[in-house]
Amino acid sequence: MSLVRPFDKLPTLNSAVILLVGTDERRQQQLAEAILKEKKNFKINIHVATSLPLPAERDHVRPRIDLIAFMINMQSKHSLRNVEASLSHIDANFFLGKVCFLITGVGRMNHCSVEMNAVRKLGNLYCSPVLFCELDSEGIRAATAQRLLRMLQICAGHVPGVSALFFSSLMKSSIDE
Amino acid sequence: MRRSGRPSLRRRQDVDTPDSGGMTRLGRKTAETGINFTNTTRFSRGLTFTRTHTLCGQSPTRRIIPQTSLLQENADPQKIAFLLRKQWTLYSVTPMYKFSYGNLKEYSRLLSAFVATEKQKGLAVEVGNDLGIKVILSTLLGLRGTDQDQAAILVQIALRSQLPFENAEDKVVWSGWFCCISGDDLSESVPEDFTCLSLFLANGAESYTAIVGSWFQKTFDCYFSRLTISPLNLAWMAAMWTGCKVDSYMAATELVFSVPCIPQSLDISYAIHPEDAKALWDTVQKTPGEVTQEEVNLFMDCLYSHFYRHFKIHLSATRLVKVSTSIASAHCDGNIKILHSKHLIGVLTLLTELAISQIQ
Repeated sequence: MSLVRPFDKLPTLNSAVILLVGTDERRQQQLAEAILKEKKNFKINIHVATSLPLPAERDHVRPRIDLIAFMINMQSKHSLRNVEASLSHIDANFFLGKVCFLITGVGRMNHCSVEMNAVRKLGNLYCSPVLFCELDSEGIRAATAQRLLRMLQICAGHVPGVSALFFSSLMKSSIDE
Repeated sequence: MRRSGRPSLRRRQDVDTPDSGGMTRLGRKTAETGINFTNTTRFSRGLTFTRTHTLCGQSPTRRIIPQTSLLQENADPQKIAFLLRKQWTLYSVTPMYKFSYGNLKEYSRLLSAFVATEKQKGLAVEVGNDLGIKVILSTLLGLRGTDQDQAAILVQIALRSQLPFENAEDKVVWSGWFCCISGDDLSESVPEDFTCLSLFLANGAESYTAIVGSWFQKTFDCYFSRLTISPLNLAWMAAMWTGCKVDSYMAATELVFSVPCIPQSLDISYAIHPEDAKALWDTVQKTPGEVTQEEVNLFMDCLYSHFYRHFKIHLSATRLVKVSTSIASAHCDGNIKILHSKHLIGVLTLLTELAISQIQ
């Protein structure tokens, strides 16, 4: 089983790669299309997977992955379990800002099967930002795509002076516990 | 005086739309009506609210099952039996202003007149014709968890019998009752003139429920809203009610899941022998008298993995809509049926907690 490593391949000039992992393929496609629609000045590769580990056969063809976004649907416990199982197949260096969690489905509280504590604990445990977004709505999808694009630029090193390590400041709340 | 050319900076306010009240549509037409998207940016920022045990919108991590949750001695067994084995629709009620237990007869009279006029609206009737609607408000003794709880109120609408017999009984066409079991958090935080009867259960025609509800809302300045139960809370109910000791098992433990499919949604019903379910729960529960979120998750995961092993369907990807046990059955739309008087207080405590968290 191959681990996904952040620094074992050379980066390609002016391009970045994002990997979306989640059980809902339709939502992944929609988010990928929204990301591609955004204006950007670098080449972007979007890889989509339902779970990790990624198949080892294509490892030599796969480019270096700059950002992994795990998509969790609050209405399906299965998606949370799937993400939890996939997290063990990532090299620990990814958790220095190159991983984020996208949580969808919180808006309809009556349909939530996942409790909020679990998701927050996941974010704290893996030191990664947790973004709540309603991917069913087009406006929020576009806004999320913009956020991801910006994070991807920083993770791929395209923004001088800002590194992915700064994302940990996104998780500090103003009221310290 | 020259006005400065700088535009004024305005801080953007968070629009906090409540779940039950107004609806915000996010500019996209959806097939289902009544979708409420709450503003979720507060979750991202990780703000903590100063509530004693739960953050906004979250279920508690543990619940204590009180051991002595029996009906108090002055409960009328006939009235209590009337509450069991009926399908009740759940509503949450905000605290009522200037409600007094001494004026129940007065309220009965006013409510009868109101119901009669509402029912007669649009109909041409002769003056003095009495539709024969009678409304009775009475207290239900014995339905309280702590001493601070207010006594429960039962409202019944009866039609005067048309038969010419002397002692013909009136037919009860609609019943509703207010109660609040162990609602200390709320009743301590409201001012003097308010009565906290947070849970309302109704059985009968929807039109009567609407009429009675609007009368109470107008008279006591409260607000009724439908209490829906999320799949998380249904899972809690499944675990807690399976763990209750029952003398004889009437019904199997049944869970109904809804699978979102196109064109029509699919329903999966999963029935477990009650003794097996109780045995499973006994291995999961560590401390008697206390239930934690992890135990509930473990219980449900065991059931899901068993189902997956046989049918290769991930039930965790579906939505739990109905739970039926030997004690009670609950549906996510807010319908409940209680089967045992011994566990009535326990069930009502949980429902009161859900009602209060919906109000707050």
